[in-house]
Amino acid sequence: MSDDQAPPETIPPADRAPAPPLLAEEASRRGFFARISVALMGLAGAAVGLPVLSYLVTPWLRPAPQEWTTMGPVDSFTVGQTVLKAIPDVSPLPWAGQVAESAIWVRRDSDQTFTVFAINCTHLGCPVNWRPDANLFLCPCHGGVYYSDGTVAGGPPPRPLFQHETRIQGGQLQVRTRPLGIG
Amino acid sequence: MKGIWSMLDDRLGISSAIMPIITHPVPRDVNWWYVFGSAALVAFIMQVITGVALAFIYVPAPNAAYDSLQFITQQQVLGSVVRGIHYFGASAMVILVGIHGIQVFLMGVYKFPRELTWVAGVILLALTLAMAFTGQLLRYDQDGYWSVFILSEMVGRVPAIGWPLVQALIAGQTVGGATLTRFFALHVFVIPALIFIFIGTHLYLVLRHGVSELPRAGVPVNPKTYRAYYHRLVENGIPFWPDAAWKDVVFSCAVGVVVVALAVFVGPPDLNGPVNPTQINTDPRPDWYFAWIFALFALMPPGLENYVILGGPVLIGLILLALPFVAPYGERVASRRPWAIAFVGFLLLSMGTLTPLGLQAPWSPVIDVGPLPDSVTQGLTGSAAQGAVVFQDKGCHSCHMIDGSGGRRGPDLSYVADRLTPAQMTIRIIAGRGNMPAFGGNITDTQLSEVVDFLATRKSR
Repeated sequence: MSDDQAPPETIPPADRAPAPPLLAEEASRRGFFARISVALMGLAGAAVGLPVLSYLVTPWLRPAPQEWTTMGPVDSFTVGQTVLKAIPDVSPLPWAGQVAESAIWVRRDSDQTFTVFAINCTHLGCPVNWRPDANLFLCPCHGGVYYSDGTVAGGPPPRPLFQHETRIQGGQLQVRTRPLGIG
Repeated sequence: MKGIWSMLDDRLGISSAIMPIITHPVPRDVNWWYVFGSAALVAFIMQVITGVALAFIYVPAPNAAYDSLQFITQQQVLGSVVRGIHYFGASAMVILVGIHGIQVFLMGVYKFPRELTWVAGVILLALTLAMAFTGQLLRYDQDGYWSVFILSEMVGRVPAIGWPLVQALIAGQTVGGATLTRFFALHVFVIPALIFIFIGTHLYLVLRHGVSELPRAGVPVNPKTYRAYYHRLVENGIPFWPDAAWKDVVFSCAVGVVVVALAVFVGPPDLNGPVNPTQINTDPRPDWYFAWIFALFALMPPGLENYVILGGPVLIGLILLALPFVAPYGERVASRRPWAIAFVGFLLLSMGTLTPLGLQAPWSPVIDVGPLPDSVTQGLTGSAAQGAVVFQDKGCHSCHMIDGSGGRRGPDLSYVADRLTPAQMTIRIIAGRGNMPAFGGNITDTQLSEVVDFLATRKSR
């Protein structure tokens, strides 16, 4: 990029009329009007734009609370079994229909302990399937495989399955909702 | 009549302002290579018209979207055709924008003085792909739903601001009720508005700098002389309308006929089940134009993945945007630009090999694999017969093929006994290897010896 000058034939010399001499006062008036107009447009733009922007990034400004959800009596789960359950989303909407829920894998490890896995493969988020006979979670997308404790057994996942917090209150299993885990 | 015409002509400036634009002179050598840009524009217009028609009925709410689309497809008069045109029109637009981009790249059209025409085109390519992606979710079937998870996981890996970006993308902390309306607003208002703006810019720049002449070997672009050179070419040129435009019209009509024919005779794809996050027996697949990306992420070494996910799009974008400023002068003709040919060849080869792989997805375990075929189990007795059951139960069959049945994730085991001794098989099953999980803590000694007995029967003779 040696020469940015426009080639001479595009601007014939005759067209380069000399600018009429401006009075100093006129020039400053013009400059003032230009500046004030640009400033006003900027102000008006910000007045409309900032509320709209905040509205669109609400999740940044108001993180959804992670709430405890009762999944059912502890004894409705069999020790050693891993079952698929639905859990309400972090912030469900009244019109969300089916997507107001996410799925989780719940396993009763012992009498009083549970492990709850988020369903999303840590590779790219596809839903993992539990194969009880093989004791493995299989992902249908890129072939990720996890052992029963959620650690990676094969394929591309970079880390173990994400887990939900659990607690037992009054004989009921409670699971805490959580945002989408990023692998 | 004449009075009305001359009044309208005077007030609207048809003869004085619009006709000179339509009949602007173009080089004599404009040929069939020049039809793809206008065809992409026609495809976009087709998308706008059918998109507006779909929006008359489609309900962008999570609890109604799927049903309203089923209604359009099955009950609305000609709804299946309208949806079909929108579906195949999307494919046409992606293909045509792609071909147009490759064509202007190979012809060196991005060089002086058309650098910004190219930049506007690169932005239009990105917007076209954004339309293709956001459109997938609006179908609101399982494929579309899970594709948003996949994009979120990719965006989430951006250092530092990954999670805020994901939240902005999915309108919340997980893919949920607000995600659909966000994608709807993007797909129907925001991105199309940007496309209109950049098509306007693109066309304005085409008019300002003129339709490029066919590149000629030995005639490099020199910014000092190019404008005068081009000016002489078009002085001796032909009017765009109708002398050059008829080819655009013929090709665009052909594209339209093909799209409508596909819509009528093939029809839009079936929706693969309403979105249901708790229904996980699903097999999410992207639309075909993203299949090569899908394949890339299954096949590349996991260690490289973050670099490719994050660096790939940034690098491709920067290269495309910087191209006209890095190489604004010089030879335009492809035969004198071997790197350009090599680059396009590499691009087409990789997409050409990865796309079929992505559509087939041999790396995915087949979750709902059926039973082993009779040809395999027939004649098995005792421990080997038990082993065939274990093979099924332990999920081996989901990843390993035997006699044409099963997954392709792992090696085909049809004749595994030719390659491995029972002892070697036992070690691999217990310890795992590569993508093969270790079944050591996961299988009883009896089951292990049974499945090895079964596999030992798999010989070629």
